[in-house]
Amino acid sequence: MASKFTRSNRVGWLMAGPAALLIAVFVVLPFIFAIGLSFTNQRLISPNPTEFVGLANYEQLLGIGVLTLEPERDAAGAVLRDADGAPKYPTLRSVTRNNPDFPQFAGMREWFSFQLGEHPTYVLARDVVFMKAIVNTFIFVIVVAPVQAGLALGLALLINQRLKGINLFRAIYFMPVVVSIVVVSLLWRFIYDGSSGLLNNLLAALSFGALPRIDWLGEPSTALGAIIAMSIWQAVGFHMVIWLSGLQTISPTLYEAAAIEGSSKWQVFRYVTWPGLRNTAVLILIVITMQAFALFSQIDVMTGGGPLDSTQTIVFQAVERGYGKQDISGGSTISVILFVIVFSISLIQRYLTREKQ
Amino acid sequence: MATIASDNRGLRLAVRYAVLILIAVIFIFPLIFMVMSSFKPDQQLLNDTGSFAAFLPVGDISLDNYADAFKRAPVGLFIFNSVLVTGVTVILSLLICSAAAFAFVFVDWRGRELVLTAILATLIVPFETIAIPLLLIASKLPWLGFDGLTFGWLNSYQVQIVPFIADGLTIFLFVQYFKDLPGELIEAARVEGASWGQVYRKVVMPLAGPVLATAAILKFLVMYNQYLWPLMVVQQEGYRPVMVGLQYFFQLNRAWGEIMAYLSLITVPVLAFYLFLQRAFIASIASTGVKG
Repeated sequence: MASKFTRSNRVGWLMAGPAALLIAVFVVLPFIFAIGLSFTNQRLISPNPTEFVGLANYEQLLGIGVLTLEPERDAAGAVLRDADGAPKYPTLRSVTRNNPDFPQFAGMREWFSFQLGEHPTYVLARDVVFMKAIVNTFIFVIVVAPVQAGLALGLALLINQRLKGINLFRAIYFMPVVVSIVVVSLLWRFIYDGSSGLLNNLLAALSFGALPRIDWLGEPSTALGAIIAMSIWQAVGFHMVIWLSGLQTISPTLYEAAAIEGSSKWQVFRYVTWPGLRNTAVLILIVITMQAFALFSQIDVMTGGGPLDSTQTIVFQAVERGYGKQDISGGSTISVILFVIVFSISLIQRYLTREKQ
Repeated sequence: MATIASDNRGLRLAVRYAVLILIAVIFIFPLIFMVMSSFKPDQQLLNDTGSFAAFLPVGDISLDNYADAFKRAPVGLFIFNSVLVTGVTVILSLLICSAAAFAFVFVDWRGRELVLTAILATLIVPFETIAIPLLLIASKLPWLGFDGLTFGWLNSYQVQIVPFIADGLTIFLFVQYFKDLPGELIEAARVEGASWGQVYRKVVMPLAGPVLATAAILKFLVMYNQYLWPLMVVQQEGYRPVMVGLQYFFQLNRAWGEIMAYLSLITVPVLAFYLFLQRAFIASIASTGVKG
């Protein structure tokens, strides 16, 4: 509809300008800054001028090394053994501290170790906590994305029935979405409490006291799982609604045709419902993944990254550095790493779920 | 035969409702626990967690926790700050994003496609990945206020408002909605001599009710529940919003009754608002999924 009545550069820029300017300053600029700052030693407040440090921040965060220890030997080359006959190994510290033979391991610490052959192998990392944060974040995403999407679809199918009062149930299932994740996290601290927590009381009642009481957020083996369960509880209603809007775009005539054909419930789902939900499924998967990678508030309120770094996450580390330690460059580097991860994964997801022609 | 069939149908219906109710209980019990606990003294609150009393208003019920919460922390101030920041951001966001979408859909201007594409591209940048450099930028930005020109936005209202006025999602929602309006209507108004301002105010905005509600609800939820950003940029109590005030409140003491009272105070009004406008809330979330 290009005509002299709709054409105006002045009006276009005048009306779109404010939004464009705000997005440029508060989204695009910080995004470019993040990349630029990750190559410097910028701090929030510092008396010294900012310096270019190249890839040092990335090396500091992502540096890892693999080291297989050789047993110590005497002058004749025989393996030294301790009182039990086991070979004696040099300490890790002797390798990672001031050892001119292994400059690449200087300053690293043990991340984990395993034994494949005769001698133990250590995986060393320059920043063990950040490595744990990456692993925890990936575990969170890998569990939450399919489970939350699947449960949300189940709820959407349940809510899509024609039953009296179904809107009330839909409203209730959606309720936690409206509540702040901070409030939810505090409430669930109470549910997960080791002594008087509701979950322990419920399990004790169901098992007549047979199950032991667990400090869900205080044990490294259960803390992340507890946060995963709560996060799904809080957000599943959101994606239920998106599935529901996808379900309602499927033409009723398709269902009628399936009914005439005498299809079973599973066949209807498999051949009518699911193909109709394809685009919705891609969208939901990408949205959940992006949200899950941003995991922060739950950690900050419930565990602070503990116990024993078992709930450290990438964003929690970015904030702890960038804000807590005022190390803007370190925090920015983590932000860039996070963006690269999220962006690559959404590209992979788009590729895997592309329309096959 | 007929009675058996109808019994069967009745049973199946009962099972369906039982499943629906069981799931509803899972979603609602922490919220009921929160509200009921807010009326109980600490000792009773802890004892009640062992039985169904946790979800019932029984025993020594009073509003003491609420009174004590107000004494313990400037709760009123926190709520005022949140309402102010949320309200101002929602209103400015609706104005600026709708104007931008109007320009993108109805006005022909050089750079239109490029700017719109750039804005929509920001949808793939999660806020968490720009928060840290944004903190640095916010600590240096100039502001012309009542005390003249100052630098640094930390500890202010504007640092909580201005970065969130314009965003890709809100503009996207308006653009999608405006595209479905009849373009001839706008052109006709122009031909008849209406100014662009008049077309925006008198022709388009009166038709934009549903998308305004959607954008307002989404912005409201994001702003009222803000946590990470104010945690970093607001250290002074004077500008602190409710969610950050809560964390502070929690560290200050472990008086559970008072904490539950504070949680109820900042949550129940939002829940009431939601239940009142339930359809609009759910429709607004659903619309984020359309054509995404």
